[in-house]
Amino acid sequence: MTIDTPGTGLDPTHDPTRASGLADPGSVSGITRSRTTTILGAVVLAGAGLWLFLAFGATDPDVRIVEGNEVGQYDAIRLMYVHVPAAITAYLAFFVTAVGSAMVLIKKSVWWDLVAGSSAEIGSVAAALALITGSIWGKPIWNTWWEWGDVRLLTTLVLFMLSLGYLAVRRLEGTAEERAKRSAIIGLLLLFNVILVNRSVELWADQTIHQQSTIADAKIEDLKAFTLYYSMLLGAVAYAWMLIHRFRLAWLERQYDRFGIDDAIARRHAEGASS
Amino acid sequence: MTHVPYLIAGWGISIAAVSLYAFSVMRRAKRLAALVPVDRRRWMTGDDADIIGES
Repeated sequence: MTIDTPGTGLDPTHDPTRASGLADPGSVSGITRSRTTTILGAVVLAGAGLWLFLAFGATDPDVRIVEGNEVGQYDAIRLMYVHVPAAITAYLAFFVTAVGSAMVLIKKSVWWDLVAGSSAEIGSVAAALALITGSIWGKPIWNTWWEWGDVRLLTTLVLFMLSLGYLAVRRLEGTAEERAKRSAIIGLLLLFNVILVNRSVELWADQTIHQQSTIADAKIEDLKAFTLYYSMLLGAVAYAWMLIHRFRLAWLERQYDRFGIDDAIARRHAEGASS
Repeated sequence: MTHVPYLIAGWGISIAAVSLYAFSVMRRAKRLAALVPVDRRRWMTGDDADIIGES
């Protein structure tokens, strides 16, 4: 089977599945896979099974008796085990983006630039899920899908939009240095925004329908707390697994860009020599 | 069980989105890998310019 490679000048009969000295770089189907990602992927899959069991099989609905009345979120509490990990994963991803951005500005490191960009993309997905699942959770509990006056919702939305802006700036015209520097500055702003989102319910306690820190004040306990911690840990492992894959894709994209340019220059030289 | 439609929507969207994203990353890598020489497919160490703008 030949591969159509328009514009690259690559040999269309080139066999990309041929092995080389790297771990498994010759296999196109598993190009971003390695022993580490295989183990992490297996942990995530097995962990997801336990996550579902804890969230739906082991934990009870939220039902409490207050002054003789039955109150609580009932089974809607189970949305917490997907909403909170999504938000925490977004925080983690944007923190890594900010660290990578700082390293780009200090050391002009390509490696950190690719890590920052990869992490921001995963963070955007996580932030979008945090917003969506929060909205779905909010409807049965607060009787609203969205509340514009809530500072945590607004700051999270700003964080999500900023991450999209970061990703857009990475694709703007300009030299690699210009793009890296511009995006790194926005990457640092993401960290500031993460802190703002996290502290918003304390800073503007009267402008939110979110409760204040649940874990710190031990408002939930026992198996529900364990399930919540476990969900956050699983989110972090899944993030690490996806980050490695996404970084390897980013590296491929960079190599493809460079290889294409190198090849175009070589062809121009060849054309000049023949005329 | 109460709030079943909300649970299906919240959990379903999350699991589907993460699965689709992971699948799309691997699919993009697979397609791109076919266009990049074997020895350039993986970052190892020091075998490529590590400073932005120097390549």
